[in-house]
Amino acid sequence: MSTAAVPHDTAAHAQAHHEHIPFIRKYIFSTDHKVIGIQFMFMSLFFLLLGGLLAMAMRWQIAFPYNETAGFQGQPLPGGDLLPETMVVQGIMLPEFYNALVTMHGTIMVFFAIMPLLVGVWANYLIPLQIGAPDMAFPRINMMSFWLAFGAGLLMLASFAVTGGAANAGWTGYTPLSINDLYSGVKTGQQLWALSLTILGFSSLMGSVNYITTLINMRAPGMTWFRLPLSTWALLITSILILLAVPVLAGGLIMMFFDQTIGTNFFKPETGGQPLLWQHLFWFFGHPEVYILILPAMGFVSDIIANGARKPIFGYHAMVWAIIAIGFIGWIVWGHHMFMSGMNPMLGGFFMVTTLIIAVPSAIKTFNWLGTVWRGNIRFHTPMLFALSFVALFVIGGLSGVPLAAAPVDIPLHDTYFVVAHIHYVLVGGSLFGIFAAITFWFPKMFGRTMNETLGKVHWALTFVFFNLTFFPMHMLGSGGMMRRLYDPTQYPHIASMQDTNIFITWCALILFAAQLIFMWNFLWSLFKGKLAGENPWEANSLEWTAPSPPPHGNWGDRVPVVHRGPYEYSAPGATADYQLQTEAPTGQPLPATH
Amino acid sequence: MNEFWRLPVNVSSYGGDIDGMFMLIAWVITIVFFAVEILLVWFLFRYRARPGRKAAYMHGNSRMEVLWTGATALIVLFIGVISRGLWLDIKDPLRFPEPGLQLIVSAKQFEWNTTYPGADGQLGTADDFIRRNQMHVPVNVPVRITLVSEDVIHSFYLPELRLKQDAVPGMQIPAWFEATQTGEFTVGCAELCGLQHYRMKGTLTVLSADQFNAWNAQQVAAAGAAPGTTPALAAPVMNNEAAGSPVVAAASHAH
Repeated sequence: MSTAAVPHDTAAHAQAHHEHIPFIRKYIFSTDHKVIGIQFMFMSLFFLLLGGLLAMAMRWQIAFPYNETAGFQGQPLPGGDLLPETMVVQGIMLPEFYNALVTMHGTIMVFFAIMPLLVGVWANYLIPLQIGAPDMAFPRINMMSFWLAFGAGLLMLASFAVTGGAANAGWTGYTPLSINDLYSGVKTGQQLWALSLTILGFSSLMGSVNYITTLINMRAPGMTWFRLPLSTWALLITSILILLAVPVLAGGLIMMFFDQTIGTNFFKPETGGQPLLWQHLFWFFGHPEVYILILPAMGFVSDIIANGARKPIFGYHAMVWAIIAIGFIGWIVWGHHMFMSGMNPMLGGFFMVTTLIIAVPSAIKTFNWLGTVWRGNIRFHTPMLFALSFVALFVIGGLSGVPLAAAPVDIPLHDTYFVVAHIHYVLVGGSLFGIFAAITFWFPKMFGRTMNETLGKVHWALTFVFFNLTFFPMHMLGSGGMMRRLYDPTQYPHIASMQDTNIFITWCALILFAAQLIFMWNFLWSLFKGKLAGENPWEANSLEWTAPSPPPHGNWGDRVPVVHRGPYEYSAPGATADYQLQTEAPTGQPLPATH
Repeated sequence: MNEFWRLPVNVSSYGGDIDGMFMLIAWVITIVFFAVEILLVWFLFRYRARPGRKAAYMHGNSRMEVLWTGATALIVLFIGVISRGLWLDIKDPLRFPEPGLQLIVSAKQFEWNTTYPGADGQLGTADDFIRRNQMHVPVNVPVRITLVSEDVIHSFYLPELRLKQDAVPGMQIPAWFEATQTGEFTVGCAELCGLQHYRMKGTLTVLSADQFNAWNAQQVAAAGAAPGTTPALAAPVMNNEAAGSPVVAAASHAH
């Protein structure tokens, strides 16, 4: 009926390919989508660590500010002596450095950690493997995408060392603070910020053109649209969002850069420019960006939960349509970031309704995940624990968005720690937990070895507990009236009265950070010493698990896998195992030996 | 619940509606939160892997999809409809109440300057006077504010008055509030505006009508004795104010 779909002797073919590739082309200027994905992973994990470190310094300042008149003695910043006097003087952090920390923590985490960890890493690594393609449609553009991102990252890092320090106008870079150094005290740093993000934007565009083209043109025989794993679906919609949203940001950034350097007046009010125009451009990009930062994680989590529950994903079509709906509605909600901006209040009314409507596809996804674990046979491996935590925490992040979306309630909550709590429940509790799920799940495919399960579970438990202890109380700080981005919150009596909470949060944040060292250790140790994984350690269905671990250059060698079924055929009646690879022929022939 | 959420004291005429809406939404999301999380934890416990058991083979259930999609849509539309009315009542200038006092609040790094109409009760005239980081208003009188900024974006935030509104350079943004209690309250900046953003704070002093009139008369006299400061905003943005005392029949507004 069907020819044998998946060759299991491709390693030999692949070896032959490998011999001709010199080291520098194989591992550094590589065109292999897997190597590029892994390069993105090392780069963005470095930035994740750095962004976390910046947050720790901020938390220290918030908990232990020097405000003697109000009775707060302060504590010197640990390690502050290592920093130059433009940042920390005699253990006391300067307000300009705090503002730079606020700005760079947000910028680095959003653009250089979470976004590449979701898209740069997994779109590169997974798309060809999940659709049965030997590589990307444009491997050289793909390589350029990584190296542009790398250069953008170096520029962003360099901005810490220039006169005036790094950008300090917030990660949203509101004009005119961000374009006029008379107001911010930072000139070169703001310019580098705009330049670096523009370059990173081009990197993202090259990536998404590649992902979309590959997905449309290079699917294996039998890989119909509705046989794609949800990871790939989510990455496709994400790529489309990037392709349409990033040019708007890049345009805005170029206008900003011109305002800063060659005297244009796009955003300068004193010469007729419009500060609010920047906000519209930024958030017209920025809100789709929020979905760029969560949709891929939703995809990974769907794959992992179906695998852990040993059950087909509940409502696959509803899940796909929900992703598409989020992708569409995400374009008409940006104004909810601007309720207090002075924008016409009638517009606020419109954006409030669209924003609330986007809760509907989010709820569809949540209920379908619940439906997936219902009547399953659930295996609690580390990726599953992170994926389930994603669901539990995304629920909180989604629900805390409702009072922010309701414009009158947003009046007291806007620009407070309620928003900080909300965004971290979505971007850490959601995206980052999804990333940890994905890394622990696909690590064996990437490196041929599994990560240590015990260390993985310890890391999960500590992260889950201390994440909640860090971020949940921030909701109450916000409804209690604590504004964001305050160098010294004790200046305000109503916030000073909540200082105990801030100190508690700081200690929890430090433990949360320390717990990530367990992950780092597990990751690095398992690279070399982890248990050998084999092709399909999680007994999963999708195509990547039919390739060797790690897959060789070209993935399946000369032969192309043929797809006969969807990716979620777990526990099907009549099957010999509780999973069926997508390549398994429909006659119910026994599985090919995989080990 | 107020204590759980640590809401600041409310002394705003519309603050009760905002707090009520907040509490309503807080209860709705708390109930949904517990329902979903309890269901999740129960499923995880009930359907944990056991030797010899097999997961159910099913691909979904259209009736349930319709049910939870419809239920969510109804809840969010309900919240949207009731919120929209309150939002426009507070923020739409066409619905602002007739003001008893009109002020210009001009933000700059890192201070809040309030321009008072002075002896003639008209803003934009020579007898206006300006107070730095101090704002005095009468109780139970709608106060209309025109927010401007001289440099960057600031956000005028009065936690106890449930008021927040950005001040954007190049724009004149209207806002209003009506204090329901006398006392001193916080004025803060909620938008990162530079180095000393964290110290950009002032005090709102809410006075009884008599106290306010006395204070105003005293300030008018002092300003008349030492004219010099010109108003931050020369344009007559306020033109419907009755002549005379800026406090228009404060007593009649008392609730």
